[in-house]
Amino acid sequence: MLGLTSRDFTLFAIVCALTLLAPIILNPFPTGSALGASFNAGYPALMQRFAIFGILVVGFNILFGLTGYLSFGHAAFLGVGSYAAVWMFKLLSYNIVPAIVLSIIVAGLFSVVIGYVSLRRSGIYFSILTLAFAQMCYALAYSVFTPLTNGETGLQVYTSDPQVLMSPGDPVVPHLFGLQMNTAEVVRVGPWTWTFEVGYYLCAIMLIAAFYLSIRIFRSPFGMMLRAIKSNQTRMNYTGLNSRPYTLAAFIISGMYAGLAGGLLAAMDPLTGAERMYWTASGEIVVMAILGGVGTLIGPVVGSGIIKYLENIVSKINENILHQWFAALPDGLENVLIGVVHPFVGEGWHLTLGLLFMVVVIFLPGGLVEGGQRVGAMFSRKSRNASGVEADAAAQNPNTPAE
Amino acid sequence: MDAIILQILNGLDKGSAYALIALGLTLIFGTLGVVNFAHGALFMIGAFCAVTMQRLLTLSHVVVDESQTDFLGNPLAVNVPYVNSIFGEELGQALINWSVPLSVLLVIPVMLLVGWAIERGLIKHFYKRPHADQILVTFGLAIVLQEIIRAMYGANPIQSPAPPLFSGSVDLGTYLGFQANAIVYPIWRLVYFFFSAIIIAAVFAFLQFTTFGMVVRAGMADRETVGMLGIDIDKRFTFMFGLAAVVAGMAGAMYAPILSPNYHMGMDFLVLSFVVVVVGGMGSLPGAVAAGFLLGILQGFASMNEVKAVLPGIDQIVIYLVAIIILLTRPRGLMGRRGVMED
Repeated sequence: MLGLTSRDFTLFAIVCALTLLAPIILNPFPTGSALGASFNAGYPALMQRFAIFGILVVGFNILFGLTGYLSFGHAAFLGVGSYAAVWMFKLLSYNIVPAIVLSIIVAGLFSVVIGYVSLRRSGIYFSILTLAFAQMCYALAYSVFTPLTNGETGLQVYTSDPQVLMSPGDPVVPHLFGLQMNTAEVVRVGPWTWTFEVGYYLCAIMLIAAFYLSIRIFRSPFGMMLRAIKSNQTRMNYTGLNSRPYTLAAFIISGMYAGLAGGLLAAMDPLTGAERMYWTASGEIVVMAILGGVGTLIGPVVGSGIIKYLENIVSKINENILHQWFAALPDGLENVLIGVVHPFVGEGWHLTLGLLFMVVVIFLPGGLVEGGQRVGAMFSRKSRNASGVEADAAAQNPNTPAE
Repeated sequence: MDAIILQILNGLDKGSAYALIALGLTLIFGTLGVVNFAHGALFMIGAFCAVTMQRLLTLSHVVVDESQTDFLGNPLAVNVPYVNSIFGEELGQALINWSVPLSVLLVIPVMLLVGWAIERGLIKHFYKRPHADQILVTFGLAIVLQEIIRAMYGANPIQSPAPPLFSGSVDLGTYLGFQANAIVYPIWRLVYFFFSAIIIAAVFAFLQFTTFGMVVRAGMADRETVGMLGIDIDKRFTFMFGLAAVVAGMAGAMYAPILSPNYHMGMDFLVLSFVVVVVGGMGSLPGAVAAGFLLGILQGFASMNEVKAVLPGIDQIVIYLVAIIILLTRPRGLMGRRGVMED
């Protein structure tokens, strides 16, 4: 169906269902309860980030997962995408269509230039080159290009901006032909409150489209060629194939994905700053991809979801909440437990993230998707068949050198 | 002329730090073949050793001082550092003032231990894995080390002053025959430069003139053959990792007066140091040192107002720009050897 094999279609349908029902699924605990306040992730601002970073990492995976080129500067495309979108808001109007189209185009142009230069080298040199380019973008956005980027303040829309397409009655928040991004339908069922927001559903539909495209790329002859480049580029060259156009195409596609993500970020909240391009942001993208599972279809979505969840949920847990949780225990034990847990939550969530990341890299080079498959295989006798759609992708390249 | 000398000097202290970190990175890469993204974190730990030394030396106890009285006429209770009570007022105060240089004594055992633990506990298992995995796991380790330091010392930079003897500035211009105040330079940065020059010389001498260093060099050239000759090369390589960690740690500890230690300083230096290593040529020790100083000085020149007037913002990007040009025109870097990290 839709040009997918039945297994791919199942996976695609699962992702569709999960994204579209996210406001319900991510609110497992009744609103207002203590657990709900701590663990519910079904609020629009966070769900938008799930979807946007999902798009970003799905795109990154097309480059890193298929060709094995580890880009350490991918956040640059996200950043220029955001800047392009905010400029469209400033110059034309708050309609998001030109903003998102331009952000994809601008990120695509950047990735043509950066990719053309960086892809002349491979391995760690490629990583350093992309890192250098991204850091240059960051530094320039902070200094020389201040008229374009508004430097440290960050770019935002002012009432004095031209906004030539804006008519008097138009909304002053990002909108899709009048449909405002922050319009939300709140549904109350028993103790639960579900918020269905336009902005989130825009991101969700984009994510579904991006995911569908990535499945098609993975299963296409083009995707096969990219995998061949990953497994042995030298051999590809000996057969008389020029691999550069293929890797460049993958780089541009993944750059445009990042541009789309950047444009969406700006459409959800019409301001942006240079820190989106800083190299730690690029590092975060790498971490997300690795955590979920590089080279698998669903891995990037899983990875970005987990990290954004940790970032927003674990970092909220403070000492008072811990005291509430362990209140039933005797005082001495309570204090010991809090002493053990406290460094890992709240401000220390990066520590949890770092440890989790190390554990995954050491024990599960295929990411959490591989972990899931292993667990699945343990419970299943026909492990090869039952481990699902991802098995073939993972089995082809479990440990291939990524250089 | 004086402006040029001043910019060269300005580049030297940053360049020294880059060179020391890049030297350690190259040592690890050359011996173990591992790309260590946690090296910046080792630099940062070194800087926090200086902070720890300062705190250790200023550990105080309360003493009732009969000679002073508070406003009610009672004898005043004052905090007296233990070192003052043990070594006397004068020596104790001197020890506290000299805590940054003294912290090198703390850095050596701490960093040897940290380096040994990292190599045996983690990196050992990654020799056979692809470089990308090594980069990723050490990147994760860097995050963990950084967060541990933040949990222990907080997120704010901690001031750690240089000894009073070195804390001022010196008017170098007068020694060289320029006008007064033409070249004014902080003394500690000069000290840092000489310190790093000594360390670099010591590392090279160690590799060049000792039997241990000779074996290590042989191992870098052909690990298998050295192993077949009955030498336990792994043990020596582990020590080299420790040594690289010590070099990074000392670089960090002595840098503390220049840049107040904060938990993310390592990451900031790491990115630039990697660029330095790549520019110098992967696996080449002299290349790493030369590129470190070269890029430091280039950055110094790029931040001259005259240069910035022509090319605005060049000071921010010059290092990356040079790296890109070098990588594209001389793929092996300035002094890279054939066959290192080429696929």
